[in-house]
Amino acid sequence: MDHMSPLERILRAVALALVVLFFMFPIFWIVLMSLQTNETILRSPPSMAFVPTFKNYAAIIAGRLDSNVASMSIQFMGNLMNSVILSVGSVALALVLGVPAAYAFARHKFKGSEDIAFTLLSFRFAPPLLVLLPLTLYFQSLGLANTYVGLIWVYQLICLPLILWIVRGYFEDISPDIEHAYRIAGHGWFATFRKIALPLAGPGIAAAGLLAFIFAWNNFVFALVLASADKQPVTVGALAFVTASGIQYGQIAAAIVMSIAPTLLLALWAQKYLVEGLSLGAVKG
Amino acid sequence: MSRIEIRNLVKSFKEDAVLSGIDLDVPQGSTLVLFGPSGAGKTVLLRCIAGAIEPDSGDVLLGGASVSDVLPEHRGIGMAFQNFALFPHMSAYDNIASPLTARKKTGDQIRKGVEAVARLLKIDHVLDHTPKALSNGQKQRTALARALVSEPKVLLLDDPLRNVDAKLRFEMRLELPRLLSDQGATVIYVTQDYREAMALGDRIAVLDGGHIIQNGTPEEIYRKPATINIAKLFGDPTINLLDVIPVSDASGVHAMLSDRRIQLDPGLAGYAGKECVLGLRPEALSFTDASDGVPVTIEAETPFNEKSVTLVTTLRKREILLSRPSGTPAPESGTVHITIDPSDAVLFDRETGLRIDPNGSNQAAERAA
Repeated sequence: MDHMSPLERILRAVALALVVLFFMFPIFWIVLMSLQTNETILRSPPSMAFVPTFKNYAAIIAGRLDSNVASMSIQFMGNLMNSVILSVGSVALALVLGVPAAYAFARHKFKGSEDIAFTLLSFRFAPPLLVLLPLTLYFQSLGLANTYVGLIWVYQLICLPLILWIVRGYFEDISPDIEHAYRIAGHGWFATFRKIALPLAGPGIAAAGLLAFIFAWNNFVFALVLASADKQPVTVGALAFVTASGIQYGQIAAAIVMSIAPTLLLALWAQKYLVEGLSLGAVKG
Repeated sequence: MSRIEIRNLVKSFKEDAVLSGIDLDVPQGSTLVLFGPSGAGKTVLLRCIAGAIEPDSGDVLLGGASVSDVLPEHRGIGMAFQNFALFPHMSAYDNIASPLTARKKTGDQIRKGVEAVARLLKIDHVLDHTPKALSNGQKQRTALARALVSEPKVLLLDDPLRNVDAKLRFEMRLELPRLLSDQGATVIYVTQDYREAMALGDRIAVLDGGHIIQNGTPEEIYRKPATINIAKLFGDPTINLLDVIPVSDASGVHAMLSDRRIQLDPGLAGYAGKECVLGLRPEALSFTDASDGVPVTIEAETPFNEKSVTLVTTLRKREILLSRPSGTPAPESGTVHITIDPSDAVLFDRETGLRIDPNGSNQAAERAA
């Protein structure tokens, strides 16, 4: 890194700029769209010059979708709330179940442990549609259809394997000697888990939790089939913007901005935990 | 009350037998050095005692009571790991304090205990640093302090000087014996360094191939090594090993070197005519002016700080190392004569590699059998 020729440095900067542009431009464009009316969005050729308006946001928050033909009500804020409840709930449950399980798989090799861990991972292989039909029938007879509990349960298919396998790797990276040392010092196994294993795997748990949150937040199929209007998250709720009287680009953009904001903020906040040094120099390699 | 006994301990990982029947007895308050090449299972044995690993069979007794069913946190052991195993997210103070917090001491007791042991090990100025900010020597002392702070009756030290620099290792080798005897604990100390073993151990147990192949005082191990391998592991420069066939006649038992007789213990008569290996410590050889010594040719001399090592060859071009204190007069080159102190010569059976005891019985062979 320190020994780069000027040319190398310029090329590197250009490459980085291209990558950033590639990934950030759509977001930037959506933000711009959300501040325009449908007319300015659709004019040809497109132009960056416009008078910003917060009408789209106002409409979304008020729940009234106005088009030039008619006005209809939407529950986008309700959808957003559902997304938060479902994502937070399923990640929290997956952490409570997955982190101790990951620790068990990492530290205690018992008969069949690999098989169980692999079975859990295999939940990720199956296309969701494969399980949806039977699940729908089961859920209807169990009374779980269209409940938060039922949805959070199904979301474990997404979150649990992810957290289990990522966190397991982090636990395995902790030198068992550190835990042995704590045990021999006189602490019980649970204290060792809480005071040694959990803090040391903290960045990994944060990363896995964040990833699981994003996957849960972006889920579409499970919620589409298993939830009706009042439990739908934003991914499904966004369908309402495609109306008979045309597509409301400005409002969709505003809705998108509002629905990516939580994950984006969460990622920015979690960043410092993610980059925090994992091996803090306790064990000489 | 803190004697360590190990009875027929067996441990294997999958198909690999690491320990196959270990018996050890460490009397209360004494230090046993567990010595052996890497991969011999020293660390595994230590972990079995600490409870970090469960043995397949056999028993560990601390103070006369079996601890097989006792969890590691209740065994009352202090242990220092080879890789230090400090808690990376805690300060040195909290690291050292952890055995005391586990024992539900008051804040005041903990502070006093930590500060006392930190002063003893000269790390009291870095107590608020995290392990990352400590030098290797400080890490090693922190790990040692953590093992010592609760004044355990049983102390297991797994090659604690392995990962520290030479200067510190030398210092600690001088300090540790006093430190350990002050503790009054029963100590098992693992090392691969024969100097450490000789300096620290009341007894040394040599572990190799899953067995204790010799258990004796440092003196015994050095002067009467049970096998050729042990003879080679102890001593620097290493012992001279020469293939000989002892001859027994009216004047006693002898071996030939450079056409001169080397008188051997008469008890070795039974091995006359058999293929043996003669072990001669480099420091048991010395130059002599007398012409009845063994004639050799000086090839090279390597000066060390405290000694000089000379490489000489016999008439049949066999190489022998000779060590003498630096500054003592010695011929520089050419053909010279050396004398050998026969009491320092050890004879091994070439086939089995076991030492032949001149006093009739072949103890080493019996022990192995």
